[in-house]
Amino acid sequence: MDTTALLLSRIQFAFTISFHIIFPAFTIGLAAWLAVLEALFLKTGRPAYRIVFEFWLKIFGVAFGLGVVSGIVMAFQFGTNWSVLSKMSGPIQGPLLSYETFTAFTLEATFFGVLVYGRTRVPPWFYLFSTAMVALGTTFSAFWIMVNNSWMQVPVGYVLENGAFVPNNWTRIVFNSVVWSRFPHMLLAAYLTGAFCVAATGAWYLLRKMYHAEAHIMLRMGLFLAAVLVPAQIFFGHLNGDYIHEYQPAKFAAIEGRWHDEQPAGEVLIAIPDSTAETNWYEVKIPILGSIIGSMSLTSKEVGLTDFPPQDRPPVLIPFFTFRIMVGCGLVMLGLAWLGSYLSLKGGLERSRLLLWLIFSSFPLPFIATLTGWYTAEVGRQPWVVYGVLRTADAMTPFLTTRAATISLVVFCAVYTFIFSFGTLYIYQLLRAGPAGYLIEPPSAAVPNRPMSLASEGVAPKHTYADAGE
Amino acid sequence: MVMFWVSLLAISILLYVLLDGFDLGIGMLVALPNSEARRAAMLNAVLPVWDGNETWLVVTGVILWGAFPNAYATLFSAFYLPLLVMLAGLILRGVAFEFRHRAEQTRWIWDVSFIGGSFAATFIQGLTVGALVEGLPITNGEYTGGDFGWFSPFAVLCGLGLCLGYALLGACWLVKKCDGDIRATAYRLIPYLSVGLLVFLIVVFFYALAENLQVMGRWLERPYLFVFPAIGALASAVLAVSVRYRRDDLPFTMVVLIFASAFGALAISFWPYMIPFVLTIDEAAAPQSSLGFMLWEGVIVFPLMLLYTIISYTVFRGKVPSTPQIHH
Repeated sequence: MDTTALLLSRIQFAFTISFHIIFPAFTIGLAAWLAVLEALFLKTGRPAYRIVFEFWLKIFGVAFGLGVVSGIVMAFQFGTNWSVLSKMSGPIQGPLLSYETFTAFTLEATFFGVLVYGRTRVPPWFYLFSTAMVALGTTFSAFWIMVNNSWMQVPVGYVLENGAFVPNNWTRIVFNSVVWSRFPHMLLAAYLTGAFCVAATGAWYLLRKMYHAEAHIMLRMGLFLAAVLVPAQIFFGHLNGDYIHEYQPAKFAAIEGRWHDEQPAGEVLIAIPDSTAETNWYEVKIPILGSIIGSMSLTSKEVGLTDFPPQDRPPVLIPFFTFRIMVGCGLVMLGLAWLGSYLSLKGGLERSRLLLWLIFSSFPLPFIATLTGWYTAEVGRQPWVVYGVLRTADAMTPFLTTRAATISLVVFCAVYTFIFSFGTLYIYQLLRAGPAGYLIEPPSAAVPNRPMSLASEGVAPKHTYADAGE
Repeated sequence: MVMFWVSLLAISILLYVLLDGFDLGIGMLVALPNSEARRAAMLNAVLPVWDGNETWLVVTGVILWGAFPNAYATLFSAFYLPLLVMLAGLILRGVAFEFRHRAEQTRWIWDVSFIGGSFAATFIQGLTVGALVEGLPITNGEYTGGDFGWFSPFAVLCGLGLCLGYALLGACWLVKKCDGDIRATAYRLIPYLSVGLLVFLIVVFFYALAENLQVMGRWLERPYLFVFPAIGALASAVLAVSVRYRRDDLPFTMVVLIFASAFGALAISFWPYMIPFVLTIDEAAAPQSSLGFMLWEGVIVFPLMLLYTIISYTVFRGKVPSTPQIHH
């Protein structure tokens, strides 16, 4: 086996999946929010809801497209670069990912088409139903992905037969506690991403003194939702810590930066871990807190990394820092959401330009938190691809050459950089222009199943497909 | 159980080829017109459905992984570089749908991505089928061909042949969905594309017979298999008549039949092999406990997926506007 090809394959997987997760993290929450907006509009008839809906639908469209195309790569990459893994764990991961595709993708694709191009072709109730189906599809997708990844983190319900993981208990695979702390954690991350992006956009318009009514809807809905969800997210984050503590002690020790067993254990707030010297530099540590966090006890012994042979230890630097960045982002979001909601209820938010400016510039935080959270989980799982049973180094396609791996990494980097740059540019242009003029709707819109060709004739040139997406 | 999943795999592959086939075909045909209005009108014929069409590729991939993991692992790793090209093509054309009408001065970039990506993805799909018919170098279940073991002139020929085939599907879809000069141009293209495709199919068929005595034997033993080429021939005849009399709905259906009969003939020729003469369907299949768990999605969710597809095509039925106004 070629060790350079292994390194390149790992970089390629990390790069393509990091790129991909940015878009679902954004669109899962946005889809749910769009469904709520459409329902509110149908219930209240308030045009601002409809304007905000149409506006965010355009942004959803660009982000969804980027998510779809980068997601197709994932379905292939297990087979191209990790053929040993896909052969061995195919009997488990294959069915799980097939459930994702079956339950989510066709549903999303069909009703996304209705959302963007079908407003004038279907009755209003069906349009609302379509928004709900898109939101449901994205949620199904997240669920199965989390089941799949949780099995790689904590493999259960299988026996090893003829070099393959043969499932013998699907109930344990799908319904184990690890899934049910990790799936809500990811779903909340997505909702928070949507909430902060929407709130930040609202804050931006208020700072620029534009689109007052729409900006208020965005800001208030985003902040209120975040104010409730961030504490819930912190709770589920804690549950995630518990499963790591129980099933992946080496990862837990790496996150904590704990090299040796301690009783009671301290909590390292910040330090520079050094894996050669097996110690931390410039450490700031609170005594006993480590035992409280790990075991809810004042006296418990907590495990250190040196308990594990060096070849079974994860890298320390990456999980240690990415975890702290994630938590830091979470705390800042908590502060902004609570302060913003409080001022918004008191009616002083609009005058506080500093806070508006902070909320506006907070939109990268949920993305950073999601990515660093995933880095903690995935890098912390190393050197295993299926925890404790299959090493990453043994999972690669055995005959993959450095040449092929280099070509593919270069191509993916080039293509993704290219589409990401333009995608971000187009989203920025849409956001900058704002929700102006999105309520040009001929009266025929309410007529069910009216053919597009009729609706567009002479009424408004806005109603061709190409323009419906604009 | 294995047979059930073979059937769903076959349905998914066929649906993918037919559905994404016509929008990839239109992707290549977009290179022909020289005006933005015509290009936009051609795109309108696929915009609401292309994403759903492409989903069937992912469906095929995950059925292969879940139900036939050995075939998935062997094939995808063997076709490392071709699949890379196909994915890059699908990515570029996929974003072009959404991006091209947001771009103004840079619209040409997305037109190039769209046309080039459609061509690359189609060519690779044909090439992989050709390489499979030719036979991949595999010893003891492990691919041994190196980075370019899939390459052969025959595989390249199949890549080009599929480009003709998808372009024909695309032209027939345009006839069905468009009016005016797009429809007229599509009608003019259909005879050339269909004659090209038929010649190509006949060459492939006889090549497969000549190269693989096993395949030849199967056809000679079971003459009733010739029902597939017969359906193809009949459909070609109806296609010619429907083009002659400008019956807009018929050509697409007839090309669908041609594709289905070619697909059936190919599948029957290599039965029961999943990777010809190396890996049989039973050898490739996942353990019973995996197939059993997947049964529910096959029985309950798969029909739902078909239903969504039907909903999508029902909502967007009928002709699309032939002369759209382009909004800047």
